[in-house]
Amino acid sequence: MTGPRHERTPAKPANPRGVLLGTLAFGLGLPLVLFSAVLVLSPLSRPALAAALVRRVGQALGKDWDPSGWTATGQQLLYGVSIALLAFVLVNFGAVVSGMTVWWEMRVSSRMQSRVGYNRVGAAGFFQWVADAVKLLFKEDLVPADADHALFRAAPYFVLVGFALVFVALPFGESLVAADLDVGVFYVVSVTALVVVGILLAGWSSNSKWALFGGMRSAAQVISYEIPAGIAILVPVMLAGTLSLQGIIRAQGPWPWQWFALATPAGPLAFLVFFVAQLAEGNRTPFDLPEAESELVAGYLSEYSSFRFALYFLVEFGNLWVMAALAVALFLGGWQVPFAGPETFAAARGAGELPSAGWWGLQVLSMGVFAVKTLLVVNLIVWVRWTLPRIRVDQMMTLCWKYLVPFAFTALAVTMVWQILVARVPSVGVATGLVLASAALLVGAAFLRRTFRNVAAAHDRVDLTNW
Amino acid sequence: MEKLILRKVEAGREEMILNFGPQHPSTHGVINLLVETDGEVLRRAIPDVGYLHRGLEKIGEQVGYPGYMPFTDRIDYVAAMFPNEGWASAVERLLGIEAPPRAQWLRAISCELCRIASHLVSVGTMAMDIGAFTPMLHGIREREKVNDLLEALCGARLTYNYHRIGGVAFDLPEGWRDECLRFLDHFDAFVSEFDRLISWNEVYVRRLAGVAVISREQAISFGLSGPNLRGSGVDFDLRRDLPYGPWALPDFRKAVSLEVPVGRGFVGQVGDCFDRYYVRCLEMRTSARVVRDALASIPEGEIAAKVPRKVKPEPGEVMSRIESARGEMAYYVVSDGTDKPYRVRVRTGSFTAMGIIEEVSRGLMLADLVALIASLDVVAPEIDR
Repeated sequence: MTGPRHERTPAKPANPRGVLLGTLAFGLGLPLVLFSAVLVLSPLSRPALAAALVRRVGQALGKDWDPSGWTATGQQLLYGVSIALLAFVLVNFGAVVSGMTVWWEMRVSSRMQSRVGYNRVGAAGFFQWVADAVKLLFKEDLVPADADHALFRAAPYFVLVGFALVFVALPFGESLVAADLDVGVFYVVSVTALVVVGILLAGWSSNSKWALFGGMRSAAQVISYEIPAGIAILVPVMLAGTLSLQGIIRAQGPWPWQWFALATPAGPLAFLVFFVAQLAEGNRTPFDLPEAESELVAGYLSEYSSFRFALYFLVEFGNLWVMAALAVALFLGGWQVPFAGPETFAAARGAGELPSAGWWGLQVLSMGVFAVKTLLVVNLIVWVRWTLPRIRVDQMMTLCWKYLVPFAFTALAVTMVWQILVARVPSVGVATGLVLASAALLVGAAFLRRTFRNVAAAHDRVDLTNW
Repeated sequence: MEKLILRKVEAGREEMILNFGPQHPSTHGVINLLVETDGEVLRRAIPDVGYLHRGLEKIGEQVGYPGYMPFTDRIDYVAAMFPNEGWASAVERLLGIEAPPRAQWLRAISCELCRIASHLVSVGTMAMDIGAFTPMLHGIREREKVNDLLEALCGARLTYNYHRIGGVAFDLPEGWRDECLRFLDHFDAFVSEFDRLISWNEVYVRRLAGVAVISREQAISFGLSGPNLRGSGVDFDLRRDLPYGPWALPDFRKAVSLEVPVGRGFVGQVGDCFDRYYVRCLEMRTSARVVRDALASIPEGEIAAKVPRKVKPEPGEVMSRIESARGEMAYYVVSDGTDKPYRVRVRTGSFTAMGIIEEVSRGLMLADLVALIASLDVVAPEIDR
């Protein structure tokens, strides 16, 4: 009577070891390939380096290729090809990352909810997201008869474009960014606003009352939360003195007390405001009002099916990663590697036309730091989603306008004063960072302690083996 | 309802008429609510019941007294022990027989376990309707354990068909008592964990505190019963105030301690959604206590009284009321002296609870309507029968 009484023996795969190895090869290989493609392509899509590479390949083949001697059209073509390759990789990166996020979220949530979760396709159900995407591709692409056909069909593309464009300015590593725009943050904030256009279009064009509710809620929510998010972003912008994402990361350091979230007294507040506002902009619980299942059936998604639905889904989960990546870049030190300052990178590059192997190694390291931090933040968002209930529309607005906006302005004002102070007494800055970092450590320890206590109170024990 | 639509057309008003159901995820089955909204704010919500009507009362008049027992399971399939007990006690009173003590104890044990199972679904889906998915699955997990126990007792996990006219169908199986006690030990810890997980969650409390308040007077005048009535601060429980079956036995009452939790504005006002929710959380604890006490004091003996092979009560009528998980469940049975009842009527808690939705829904937000429905713990089969 303890345990399920009717245990069904799951269908054993013919070759469990093979399935495990295949899953591992794919699950580790695909991100590796994508990350390396980003790694290689993003520096090499610069004209100078692309030209150098072509010269090097020419030397190896014994041919005298020199793009600087080519016509302008030829040079532009070379540049265009390398950029197109990078764009292709980045868009696929978004799709794959969002798929893997789905898998991770489902595994974590099933563990939180004492259920088995994904376990059918591949080892630990890893290929479920591939299977789901394929299934959705095969489904009928249904457009409701009374819907506004053109808008209904167009809406998913707005969402997808708003999502994909973020990757242009997203820094993966020290030199690993498609374009280090000098208006980077501004650009990211504005292209993500395209997503809400898509959602609003979906809500309106579906010609369904539930979808309209969802669309209106989404518009109200995303536009409101842009304001605290924007002001919170101004804090790192002001501290770094630049809008460029790379510039903001460079202005921070590798250690926690050098991160903008912990380096200034207003840092934690600004980070909190930014994090909450990002949850709201990403329609994540507790702000999943636009698609609140128990209230609005599926909100703006109600009438979507097939691949259009898959696109919304992709963007929703991909945005999770983007959100986390932005938080890491702006507040948590980005890709900064301990013991490797800008001079280390410069020294490792060497004097050659193409950078040396050591420089590439450092790039890999910085990319790894960035990826790990981002995954940790993603995990945090997943925890939040599967723990908290949803807030109500009026509470959502109250939280934004009565709490987050004033908090964000406070953080901004405190940061201004603090900057003047630090300019006079630099030691205050270091002390603040150290104090806040230790406070963060204490909070983490208290969290762990409480978790263990709660688990013990439920006559349970912490068990990390049963994945 | 037609009037409502016409009024809207005539006046050219701004409100939108929204069909909330019958296939809506949070109407807990097939219930339709015709909602008149002005944006997110409700003008009112009019319940439109009847989508799950299966004519169960009429069936009762066709199949005879003992044969109706498995049908009663379907009156409330989330807590099927109670319609069982209600039917059994109604017919027993009609026949003028009484179940032996051990059978009464078993009825109490099975019903209180069933109350736990039902409340687990209720509080779990309440959390899910508020947007937290995890507590629901935790509730279902524990319900499975209760179902395991009930399955060992009567062979079924959902529609038990356990009670019989004059007793119960099966005695406790070997080792069941220890299994049950083990579960109860675990269950107390679980309820505390559940409270930590969701009941006192700040977002959850703010969603429910002071929302959809049903005053004491309203609750009484709309005929609410069970946890819904007690959530409004009315201290009334049939088990204590109008004892039936086991609860009418002095030995049982002496052996079992029953505290009746009453809403007292735990976080907001008396009679808000949170009170109705939390009364159920507390009732799970009291039910567990009752099962524990009953198991400790269960007498030996027969589990069924002698019942004539052909159940043919004298002409007459009887009203039997029991405290179900969803409030008062009353069977009104009229016998005409034949082997089939002349009339069967079932009064259920969910049906009366639907009546108050229109009254309370004025001015609520759309999300509050979901909370209100969930807090009334209505299930479609009980509404429509």
